[in-house]
Amino acid sequence: MAGRAARLGRAVLVPVVVLVLWEVISRAGVVSALVMPAPSRVVVRWWAYAASGEMLEDAAGSLTRVLGGFAIGAGLALPLGLLMGAKDWVHDLFNPLLQILRPIPPIAFIPLAILWFGLGDPPAFFLIALGAFFPVLVNTIAGVRHVDAIHLRAARNLGAGEWTIFRRVILPSAMPYVLSGMRIGIGVAFIVVIVAEMTAVNRGLGYRILEAREYFWSDKIIAGMITIGLIGLFIDGGMGWVSARMLRWHRGLEG
Amino acid sequence: MNSAAASAPAIRVEGVRKTFATGGREVVALDGIDLEVADGEFVCLLGPSGCGKSTLLNAVAGFSPPTSGRILAGGREVTSPGPDRAMVFQEYALFPWMTVAENVAFGLEVKGTPAAEIRATVDAWLAKLGLTDFRDRFPKDLSGGMRQRVAIARVLAIDPPVLLMDEPFGALDALTRRNLQDELLRIWSGSGKSVLFVTHGIEESLYLADRVVVMTYRPGAVKEVIPVLLPRPRDPSSSEFGALSRRITALVMEEQARHQRDERGVLAG
Repeated sequence: MAGRAARLGRAVLVPVVVLVLWEVISRAGVVSALVMPAPSRVVVRWWAYAASGEMLEDAAGSLTRVLGGFAIGAGLALPLGLLMGAKDWVHDLFNPLLQILRPIPPIAFIPLAILWFGLGDPPAFFLIALGAFFPVLVNTIAGVRHVDAIHLRAARNLGAGEWTIFRRVILPSAMPYVLSGMRIGIGVAFIVVIVAEMTAVNRGLGYRILEAREYFWSDKIIAGMITIGLIGLFIDGGMGWVSARMLRWHRGLEG
Repeated sequence: MNSAAASAPAIRVEGVRKTFATGGREVVALDGIDLEVADGEFVCLLGPSGCGKSTLLNAVAGFSPPTSGRILAGGREVTSPGPDRAMVFQEYALFPWMTVAENVAFGLEVKGTPAAEIRATVDAWLAKLGLTDFRDRFPKDLSGGMRQRVAIARVLAIDPPVLLMDEPFGALDALTRRNLQDELLRIWSGSGKSVLFVTHGIEESLYLADRVVVMTYRPGAVKEVIPVLLPRPRDPSSSEFGALSRRITALVMEEQARHQRDERGVLAG
C-alpha cells in the first residue's frame, strides 16, 4: 500500500508543480493575464461555461458531428475493406484510386467541402467521414488478409461453405484489426471536427474557442481546450471499453 | 451408405505422387504411394521430418490434391475437404473467438443440426473428454492438452467415419501425451472409426496403431508396413513391444541417416 501511495505521489507531483508555478507567474504579473490567465481563473471560467449550458450545447453538437461523420465513414469503409480484403479483383479495382486519395489530409479537403456543401453541418460530416474512412478501410483489409490459414482449413474440414467461413471465421478474426482501425478513425474524426468547426461550422467546441479569441478571452479558450481534451479522453476510453468487451477472447487484452 | 461404399475401405490411396516446385526445382514429396485403411482400423504414418507424411495426410484430407494417382474415401474420390475426414491438427486450430462449447458445436451448426440436438451432442462430448467445467472458457485460457481435447471433441461431435490426425500430441509433455493417447484409444475402440495418425514418435505409433506404415525420406514412399498385433492396453516396457520398437527404430534410422546426408549435401553444395 505504501508503494501505491508513493506511485500516486510521483504521478501527481509534476502536474501540481506546473500548476503552482503557472499560478504564481500569472499572479505576479510576469506575463499578461490577457495572454496567460492563472489556472484558478480558467477553472472559474470553465465552471461558468459549464453552468450556462453553453458547454453542453457545444459538446453535444461536436459529438453529434463526430459520431455521424464516423458512422458514415466507417459504414462505407467496413464493407469495402471486407470485400477488398477477401476478393483480389475488388482490391485491384479500388486500390489505385484509394492510394492516390489516402495521403491527402482530410483537412486539405476543407475548401472543396465548403464549395460543394456550403457552410454548416454537411461539409463537417463530409470531412469527418473522410477522416474516419481510411484508417478503418486499411485496417479492415489487413484484418481480412491476416486470417490464420489453419482456421480456414479447420473450418473447411468441418464442412463450412464460403459464406459461413466469411461470417464465422474471417469476420471475427479480422475484428481486432477492424476495432483498432475504428479507434484510430474516431481519433482522426475528433481532430477533423475541431478544424471543421473552426472553418465551416459556426457552432461546436472548435467554433467556441475561435470565437473566444475574437474577444481575447484566453481563459475561455483554455476552458474550451480542456473540454475538448476531456471529450477526446471519453471517446477513446469508450472505444477501448467496446473493444475489450468484443475481444474478450483475444490474447493480450486481458490482464 | 450404399452397398458399393460399404464394401470399399475407409481410405484407399492409389499410386499417389506429389511434386512441389521450389526455387525453380521440382521436389518429389510423395512417390508411388499405395495404402489402405480398413473400416475401424488405426494406422500410423511414421517417418523422419521431410518424409512427406503430413503431405500425404493433407492430400487425404483434400487440402492439396495429388499430382497424379487418386485417393478414395469410402469408395468416392477425394476432391475437397469434407467432414467425413475430420482433421485434428498439431496446432489445435481452435477458433480463438469461440468458447470451448462453441468450437465443439461449430461442425454441427454448419451441418444444420437442430439446436437441441447440438446442445445434447456437445454436452455429451464435453463430458466424455472432461471439458464440462471449461465449456464457457476461451481457448487462450486452456493448456495445450486441454486445447487438444477440445479439438478432438470438435471433430468427434460431427461423427466422422475417418479421423485424420497430424502429430496431434507432438507439442504436449510426455504425461499429457500418454493421457490423451489413452483417451483416444478409449474413444476409438468399438467406435468403428478409422484413424490415420501421423507421428514421428516410434513408441507412440506402436502404442496406438494396428499397423505402422514406415515411410522413406524424400521422395516419400512406403518403406515397410508393420502390423502390431499386441493386445491393448500395450505395455511399452514388455519384451514384445521392445522387439518391435527396435525393428522400427532400425528402419527409421536408415531414413534419418539419408535425411542427414541430404542436409550435409545441401550445406556442402
